[in-house]
Amino acid sequence: MNGTIPATPKARNILTSAQLPRFTTTALLVVSFAVSFGILAIFGNAGPIAGIALGAAIYFVANYALSASVEGVRKAKDRFARNVVTGFFLLALFPLISVIWGTISKGFHRLDGEFFSFSMRNVVGEGGGAVHAIWGTLIITGMATLISVPIGILTAIFLVEYGGNGILAVLARTIRFFVDVMTGIPSIVAGLFAYTVFSILMGPGTNNGFSGAAALSVLMIPTVVRSTEEMLRLVPNELREASYALGVPKFRTIGRIVLPTSIAGIVTGVVLGIARVIGETAPLLVTAGITASMNLNPFSEPMATLPVFVYYEYTTPGADPTPYIDRAWTGALTLIIIVMGLNLIGRLIAWKFAPKAGR
Amino acid sequence: MSTDTAEPGLRRPSSAPDSLKRNSRRFGDSLFKAVATGSGTGILLILAAVATFLVALSVPAFTSPAAELPYGAFWSWVFPYAAGTIWAAGLAMLFAVPVAIGVALFISHYAPRRLAQGLGYLIDLLAAVPSVVFGLWGINVLAPMVQPLYGWLNSTFGTWPVLSWFFGGQVSGTGRTILTVALVLAVMVLPIITAVSREVFLQTPRLHEEASLALGATRWEMIRQAVLPFGTPGIVSACMLGLGRALGETMAVAMVLSPGNGFHFQLLTSSNPNSIAANIALQFPEAYGLGRNQLIASGLVLFVITLVVNMGARAIIARRAEFSGAN
Repeated sequence: MNGTIPATPKARNILTSAQLPRFTTTALLVVSFAVSFGILAIFGNAGPIAGIALGAAIYFVANYALSASVEGVRKAKDRFARNVVTGFFLLALFPLISVIWGTISKGFHRLDGEFFSFSMRNVVGEGGGAVHAIWGTLIITGMATLISVPIGILTAIFLVEYGGNGILAVLARTIRFFVDVMTGIPSIVAGLFAYTVFSILMGPGTNNGFSGAAALSVLMIPTVVRSTEEMLRLVPNELREASYALGVPKFRTIGRIVLPTSIAGIVTGVVLGIARVIGETAPLLVTAGITASMNLNPFSEPMATLPVFVYYEYTTPGADPTPYIDRAWTGALTLIIIVMGLNLIGRLIAWKFAPKAGR
Repeated sequence: MSTDTAEPGLRRPSSAPDSLKRNSRRFGDSLFKAVATGSGTGILLILAAVATFLVALSVPAFTSPAAELPYGAFWSWVFPYAAGTIWAAGLAMLFAVPVAIGVALFISHYAPRRLAQGLGYLIDLLAAVPSVVFGLWGINVLAPMVQPLYGWLNSTFGTWPVLSWFFGGQVSGTGRTILTVALVLAVMVLPIITAVSREVFLQTPRLHEEASLALGATRWEMIRQAVLPFGTPGIVSACMLGLGRALGETMAVAMVLSPGNGFHFQLLTSSNPNSIAANIALQFPEAYGLGRNQLIASGLVLFVITLVVNMGARAIIARRAEFSGAN
């Protein structure tokens, strides 16, 4: 196959040039990785990551050279681009797999009944659990949801249904712009905001669960507004017009026609919004603080949350750090399970009830 | 909806235009409109409150004499952190952007159609991992993994003329350097950039792609001729959104980095420039009095930096929307 190397490969027509057989890719991959690990074994340094990196490099070069000599440079570039793009995708999967595997392998053995039934009160060293932090996370995220969802959905309704003309159009444009600005607020700044509000209103140094919920709301409102707005826009205008033609007033049209049509997408947006804020650490660090005991009252005293629990277990271990670090990993695993579960639920709702779009 | 309570009884229309007019002014309608408009305005008020409160508590840090401030004069104190924030986020973008665009192209134009959406969700899952988990992963998994590489980089390039600015110095034994932080940040912003550019690539007009292929272009040439020119503004805005996230990321930096004093470009040492957000998270729980004001003021600086970046991104998106032709 390599017999006819032309002097000027650029001039060749790719439609009539020779083609490499289909098994070339597989064969080259096997050969490249064999060569790579062989070389590294000779130098006595056969780490899997170095081997894969070198093998991929050999494969990229070999595939390009072979294709350029047989199929022409244009085809070779095409193959090279395909390899690079696929390689980047596999590279992006590496941290995902590594994070999940690392968390499961390090956090699984403390995922026991004690972890979910004990707080850290009077616990030094082994034992103890995160039930106070789990409750704190549920309470604070729940309150943030209760604040954000009505405001977010009503704002989206205003933007889509009422922000059409006159002075309201100007208001709608302004709101849309500032919702975008809010999307970009760093989470720690949201935390500082809630801290300053509550320290001005309730005296300096106030740490309680409600200030944490306020900080999370600042982060959650823009995501709810954006996703709900997108969903309301997907509702066909014909439905609204048919409803108006029957004499139904606008607020009933919205309540009975527009919202039920888009409810699946709205719920998905809300669930993904919850998933985003439930793992937030920085704003809760400065607002809700940390405590070792169960505190179910969000309006007084600090309240532990799962991400902050993980952070403090890891950064302030005791004399024997192992049980603390184990608890941190188990907390991280619990957090990942909650967040990924929420994401899956959101996706499932979206997939099950997706409106039939044009694409 | 709760507004359904205000429903008037059936009404016989006297004349059509009159009744339409009266209908549209029904109590429920105006109440609902007022509530919707009110919550929209409420968001503006919340944002105004964010700005006002932050500024109000920052003022003491700007006006107090340097001798009274626990961390020293404000601007010379905050500058290394601001520089460290931008430096770490910039490095993260350097790693993340090529990979993210590659992943987006793979999902939109290379992966088998049936798998594409599922693979997209898989990358989106990365965005779901909480930052504190990325912090743990960065310290315990990534840092030990890349530390040998750092040793090699340091011993190979540490004495070269220009490269020694970056790879010189005493190499860190734990791997908790700003380069590791940049890698973690790159992983965190990757799904954001990927998601936005993937959507933009999918919006490329079908006819452009087919015209390119019909003229004999290979797939890569088609992407360069049709997809990338169409998607460039989208890619730029995606990158700026990712940059905004990287600038404001707190926990991963606070946990992974072993911070030092001042700012320098060396990537592999154990004394690294810290970022504003991470510094707030580390110092705030123990700070008191004017120290807290000073930290809040540094948060304001961070807010302004991310605001500029995000507004730039939005301006690019808005300009693109004008000539995209999609409604």
